[in-house]
Amino acid sequence: MLEVNHINSFYGKAHVLRDLSLDVPRGKVVALLGRNGAGKSTTMKSIMQLVRPQSGSVMFQGQQITGLLPHKVAKMGIGYVPEDRRIFTDLTVSENLVVGQQPPREGAVTWTEDMLFDLFPNLAERRNNRGKALSGGEQQMLTIARTLMGNPLFVLLDEPSEGVAPVIVEQMARVIQQLKSEGLTVLLSEQNLHFAQAVADMAVIIESGERAFHGTLAELNAQPEVRDAFLAA
Amino acid sequence: MEFFVAQILTGLANASSLFLVACGLSLIFGVTRIVNFAHGSLYMLGAYIGLTLMETLPGHVGFWGSILLAGIAVGLIGVVIEMLVLRPVYRAPELFQLVATFGVILVIQDLALMIWGPEDQLGPRAPGLRGVFRIMGEPIPKYDIVLLIITPIIALALWYMMARTRLGVLVRAATQDREMVGALGVNQAWLFTGVFALGSALAGLGGALQLPKGGADLLMDFTILTPVFVVVVIGGMGSLPGAYLAAIIISVLNVFGVTYIPQSTLVLMFLVMIVVLMIRPYGLFGREEVAGEHGQVGEPEEPIKPASRQTRLIVAAGLVLLALLPLIGSNFALVLSTDILIFCLFAASLHFLLGLGGMVSFGHAAYYGGGAYVAALLVTWTNTPMELAFLLAPFGAGLAAIIIGWVCLRLTGVYFAMLTLAFAQLLWSLVWQWQDVTGGDDGLVNIWPSDWLNNNTAFFYFALLFSVGGILVLRHVAHSPFGYALRAARDSQRQAEATGIDTQRVKLLAFTFAGFMGGLAGALFVFSKGSVFPNELEIVRSFDALIVVFLGGVKTLAGGVVGAAFFKGVEDILTRFEYWRLVMGLLIIFVVVVAPEGIVGSLRRAARRIGLGKEQPS
Amino acid sequence: MSVVLETRGLTKAFGGLVAVDNVSFQLQESELLALIGPNGAGKSTCFNMLMGQLPPTSGEVFLMGEKITGLKPRQIWRKGVGRTFQITATYSSMTVVENVQMALLSHNGRIFRFRSQAHRLYRKEALALLDMVGMADQADRHCAVLAYGDLKRLELATALAHEPTLLLMDEPTAGMAPKERIALMQLTADIVRDQGVSVLFTEHDMDVVFAHSHRIMVLNRGALIAEGSAAEIRANPMVQEVYLGGGTVFGAEEHADA
Repeated sequence: MLEVNHINSFYGKAHVLRDLSLDVPRGKVVALLGRNGAGKSTTMKSIMQLVRPQSGSVMFQGQQITGLLPHKVAKMGIGYVPEDRRIFTDLTVSENLVVGQQPPREGAVTWTEDMLFDLFPNLAERRNNRGKALSGGEQQMLTIARTLMGNPLFVLLDEPSEGVAPVIVEQMARVIQQLKSEGLTVLLSEQNLHFAQAVADMAVIIESGERAFHGTLAELNAQPEVRDAFLAA
Repeated sequence: MEFFVAQILTGLANASSLFLVACGLSLIFGVTRIVNFAHGSLYMLGAYIGLTLMETLPGHVGFWGSILLAGIAVGLIGVVIEMLVLRPVYRAPELFQLVATFGVILVIQDLALMIWGPEDQLGPRAPGLRGVFRIMGEPIPKYDIVLLIITPIIALALWYMMARTRLGVLVRAATQDREMVGALGVNQAWLFTGVFALGSALAGLGGALQLPKGGADLLMDFTILTPVFVVVVIGGMGSLPGAYLAAIIISVLNVFGVTYIPQSTLVLMFLVMIVVLMIRPYGLFGREEVAGEHGQVGEPEEPIKPASRQTRLIVAAGLVLLALLPLIGSNFALVLSTDILIFCLFAASLHFLLGLGGMVSFGHAAYYGGGAYVAALLVTWTNTPMELAFLLAPFGAGLAAIIIGWVCLRLTGVYFAMLTLAFAQLLWSLVWQWQDVTGGDDGLVNIWPSDWLNNNTAFFYFALLFSVGGILVLRHVAHSPFGYALRAARDSQRQAEATGIDTQRVKLLAFTFAGFMGGLAGALFVFSKGSVFPNELEIVRSFDALIVVFLGGVKTLAGGVVGAAFFKGVEDILTRFEYWRLVMGLLIIFVVVVAPEGIVGSLRRAARRIGLGKEQPS
Repeated sequence: MSVVLETRGLTKAFGGLVAVDNVSFQLQESELLALIGPNGAGKSTCFNMLMGQLPPTSGEVFLMGEKITGLKPRQIWRKGVGRTFQITATYSSMTVVENVQMALLSHNGRIFRFRSQAHRLYRKEALALLDMVGMADQADRHCAVLAYGDLKRLELATALAHEPTLLLMDEPTAGMAPKERIALMQLTADIVRDQGVSVLFTEHDMDVVFAHSHRIMVLNRGALIAEGSAAEIRANPMVQEVYLGGGTVFGAEEHADA
């Protein structure tokens, strides 16, 4: 569904991604693993075109998306959940969802506010509260819900477990499993290997912006030396 | 009682235009983070266009249609400005865009002069609304009553749009994190253009609506700018109800001011603003500006190093050449060079504040003009010898800076900038209205230097010594522990405070020091010209310095001086032509678009690209 | 062993909401004490009160027996408290070594000096501090190009510049890779051992907490609900319910001992 071919991305002068390639098959959850600073978030932003790769290409459903503006990428059915949440703290929960709203999309679930409140019951009680009144975990759920309002075919989930209490992380894992069962494709960046193990089918490890491993989670588990070298969890 | 009510009603009617222009500015700032200096120009265009339309379209429909059309026309002009001037520079460092909007002001001024000529024009009366209503026996113009009704309706419509429609939700979301809004599938380029168009249309509407009460002239762009800034700041940046309430407060206050204390109407407005901000630092309805919000871009500044031996030699050689100027140059060249030297020192003092301290002052003319007036007043009223007056002037300016800085430093970001502007305007209005002492509009004249300096060559050396000396001192302080502490406070106030640095004290001292140096430049100025007028304290003078600092390059130590030298030189040449503002404005816009890091920053980058200079290890 | 830091009935209310409710604890000399709890439990508020960023509604804070409630952050720093931030705070326009030099300039009371050149002052001492955290080879790099983990180490070096008796670390390993987390906390533990510094830290990574802290306190809804060793906390049913969950998303025993 998504193919990243030999991209090189820079942050200012720093060469962050080096000749990185990966693909995400339809209906799978792929975990993007690696240390902080390895380039996970930059990979996500490069797919979303929030960071423009200086070379290489990103293909989505066979179409070239490199060089498009981020909103065009979103319109093609890619949802983006940023690592630092970035909810609109002055807007209410409902209004946050309105911002994410997009027309129905063929092949994707058409989400409504009520369906999302079923998925995240905590948010339902808070629907008229402003974003800033939410706890960290609730904010994290809201970011995911907001992205789902765009009826995406494919979601980029950037470190959803970072800075969130273990109980919430467990809940998040259940949600991702449910979304997968409904046909959503996910690229998930993570540092928490336990969490990745719980939800992902495949894993890509990046180190210093280069791909260090690509395979199923079973293959990764069979190579503890790889795991220890790059993750050391 | 009756009179009171009448006064209030007049004030409310006057608030109409002010509110429209202010909420346009507020909207644009909220979403694009651009302080649109050209907003007053859009208001002026609304007035002129409305006037032209009213002359052609007849009757009731013609009158009201003209107002509406003027709003739409200015909205379209806003689209053009946004797409041609602002779009290319959204990615430039914060506040750089305001320089571009300053270029737009100059362009519009000359275009308006070309199209409508230099004479002030009186607005037509609204058909059918020529007379007065009697309310409690007091005459109230009928048109005022109509304005009283229209304004809340427009305000309510705007509020509904912002609070209840998806567009409003998107605008509010973009105010907070525009990049994220884009990532959720919203075309932010058009959202920006749309908001800019709406804001511009409101300004145009404001300009056209006030025609029956006033008219159109070429000065109205700056005349409205100050009260609009005041209203936006008192109400809270980005708040519609705030803008409405503040517009009413200022207008009503003004009406009463004119009646009871006509000498200090100008001062009154700024006093109110200062008091409001002392109590509510983010205006009546504003929220705290979060530093480093998403969507801000710009690379961090590079570490500074003392100049290399090579650079020092080049600079020394340049100074020697400059010192030889009286032997080879004409009298004109001497006077021009003196002007440039003085302006360089003024710009360097602002650069110290802005570049190293991260404190964006919109009112640095307070110290430049302040220094000039201190010297002039001492000479005029106490017969102080020139040498002593010259030395005391920077201290006077520094004293003003310490008081103003103490108040302003309670605020940050754009509120800080606006408050510095308010203080500068306060000084300006004091000088303007306190005629007995300051000469008011007629200024103070016959402030010549002592005999030993009273020729162009001698004064040139005098200016060279103090300007270059002042600039070197500023540069040296940048490398001292204090200069480092100032940058530390700018880079991370949190860390600085957590490691024992009293950042407020550091900033206040820097503010005072910059004011002192600005005062020195002002003292040089007054003795070079022999006179001083209130315009040395004006908003335009503050902007002059601001523009050259940005264009020279905020993030480079030499930026202020280079920008000042370049632009003062260009300006002195251009002002000999009739439409020099047009050329200057276009030049400013051009530099902003092609060199978003300023002249010095962009040159440095270009030099690196072709392999000159050292690449920063990364 | 003496008590380095003590709070008595520390409370902070925002309007009607009680963010920190009557928190009392003691930190002993050379102790590495962890403060954990769910998001919004009041950890950051608690920290901000200890550091002087927020005035408490009631209650007191004592440093080496001296009351420090109501002092400003910079005054508390002068009394020998260093801190690192959850989100790194460094001077991005300076080089790495200049960042540390700033803290040394401040410690030596040289901020308001105008004649000397800052980059020449205390360079040797700053390099020694950088060496301690393994950053000496990056001393002259521009701070803005550093990797995140290196920024965290730089912050630690800066926090140690005035030889503090107490170090407050707010989520010191947030945003770091597991391997780096362990390394940073090992470094911290070494410093505690060698220099007798006491450390109070908040943390979300249970692997780090269980591996390195001497003692753990759990905060929930503003109140301390448990306190004890790693094993005690892990076995505490109340802590499991509000915070740890089923233990599926953090390392089991063998990782914790790594």
